[in-house]
Amino acid sequence: MFSSCADPKALEGLSWFLCYLTTGKHLLFLGSFGTVLLLLAVTAPVALALGFGGALAARSALAPLRWLGRVYTAMVRGVPDIVFFLFVPIALDQGLEYLRHRVKCPDWTEPIRKGSDFVVCPAAKLPLSSAPEWEHQVYAFVLAVIAFAIVFGAFAANVIHGAMNAVPKAQLETADAYGMTPRQTFRRILVPQMWVYALPGLTNLWMILIKATPLLFVLGIEDIVYWARELGGSKTTGASAYPHGDWRVYYFFVLLCFYLGMTRLSEMVFARLYRRLSHGQATLAGEQMRKADK
Amino acid sequence: MSCAQTFADYGLRSIGYGARLLPKEGYDLCQQAVLIGSGMIWNLYFGIVALFFGFFLANAVALARASGNPWLRKPAEWFVFIFRGSPLFIQFFMFYETFVLLPRVGIDIPLGFATITVETGWLTKAWAGAMVVLCLNTAAYTGEIFYGALRAIPKGDLEAADAYGITGWNRFRRIVWPTMMRLAWPAYTNEAIFMFHATTLVFFSGFPAFQQKGDALYYASYFAAKTFNPFVAYPIVAAYFVVLTVLVISLFGMIFRHLNRHVPQNTRSRLKYRPQIIR
Repeated sequence: MFSSCADPKALEGLSWFLCYLTTGKHLLFLGSFGTVLLLLAVTAPVALALGFGGALAARSALAPLRWLGRVYTAMVRGVPDIVFFLFVPIALDQGLEYLRHRVKCPDWTEPIRKGSDFVVCPAAKLPLSSAPEWEHQVYAFVLAVIAFAIVFGAFAANVIHGAMNAVPKAQLETADAYGMTPRQTFRRILVPQMWVYALPGLTNLWMILIKATPLLFVLGIEDIVYWARELGGSKTTGASAYPHGDWRVYYFFVLLCFYLGMTRLSEMVFARLYRRLSHGQATLAGEQMRKADK
Repeated sequence: MSCAQTFADYGLRSIGYGARLLPKEGYDLCQQAVLIGSGMIWNLYFGIVALFFGFFLANAVALARASGNPWLRKPAEWFVFIFRGSPLFIQFFMFYETFVLLPRVGIDIPLGFATITVETGWLTKAWAGAMVVLCLNTAAYTGEIFYGALRAIPKGDLEAADAYGITGWNRFRRIVWPTMMRLAWPAYTNEAIFMFHATTLVFFSGFPAFQQKGDALYYASYFAAKTFNPFVAYPIVAAYFVVLTVLVISLFGMIFRHLNRHVPQNTRSRLKYRPQIIR
């Protein structure tokens, strides 16, 4: 990256490291931290929305919708989540390809499952086999995000369902007594008060989501784990301009520190958020704040 | 090939008995169920042994965390923070790479009168290396649970013990520890379930499956990769784990009832299953 890096053999100490850490592959490694943050940034709101929908469905007066909500929240329990992370992307991929196959190649007569093969017509491939490499990457990433969102949405639904039940009944009855419609009660009383009950569970979920991000590697995405293994392995003089021994343990140590830092930071942010949400609530924390204000 | 024959060939494949090669054709339901079930042996081994050793370590961690001495408390706090604050997946990788770096011939420890050589090669194998990580990890999570329970012991119980003149080790053994277990048990049940689920990560995280002896998920992903059909192999793993979860809940429920046998019937809480997902 820097012009002084032109001849790696002449470099010593700190400048060697500076040049080593800014090679093209290392820039990709640094960029993959962005991939992880992007995954978190996309998955968290989607999972929250799915969870909200799931909780609403589980409370619904309509029986089929209620069953759907219940099944969704019960689905992820009891089974290791990595099974879902392996299952959902392949299942989605095959489902989408199958649908495209039916639409695009209606006169294809051969069966799709041939023995142990899954064959669709070339036009139905996702992404097309002629597509550039980055499209394959983005497609794999999107499938991973969907898998994460489905799994974490189920858990968020559980938390939010519990939080909605935790809002004191008296609050809702008072709203009724003031003549609010059920819809108004839901929007103006239940939802604003629900968050303080949901927050501890959602905090926990966020921490778990952070710690689930290395599983991107299992899904074949070039994430930080992939690059740490790739770059840390020993490099000989012939293969690389920057030869070094087996440094994978140091790379993984950096990843460990990254995750510990993320955890610490989230703890601090959530502690502040909890203080703000507790303000004026009919809970112990809210009451303590009210007394402290006086 | 009949299902009995498949069972004879692959029933103990994951620990090295039976057919040498994994199935190369057929991939029928029987084959998948048998081989994945044989992989469950590893999950059971990892889960049970890690929970056993982790339990004792967790007690030590919890007591150290509650100790007034900062030389005990601080290391325990850091231990818990590091193992709970980072993904298990990264911990597996990190420990594996550390074990690989250990000298292959072993470490010489001079004792003055003699030198003993500690073999380190076995630590790079999954059965030992992954076990170390799982033990430490479950010790950190369980230690935090036990610490929380320790702080939640009713003040009246301790005052009653004082009034009876029960102090020191006796007070810990007869009052503090049983109460701590009773309070921590529901959360510890979840931790145990979660521990079994976490064992599926071992063979996806650096530790090689020597001679293709892997766990349930390892074989499931083998079948899914061979048949391009995730709709059989993964549901089989899921079913095995649901059964395992039910077994764990009923076993821990029995212990929970035993721990609570002196508590009045109407105030007993029921064991609730609230799984965490990943560590």
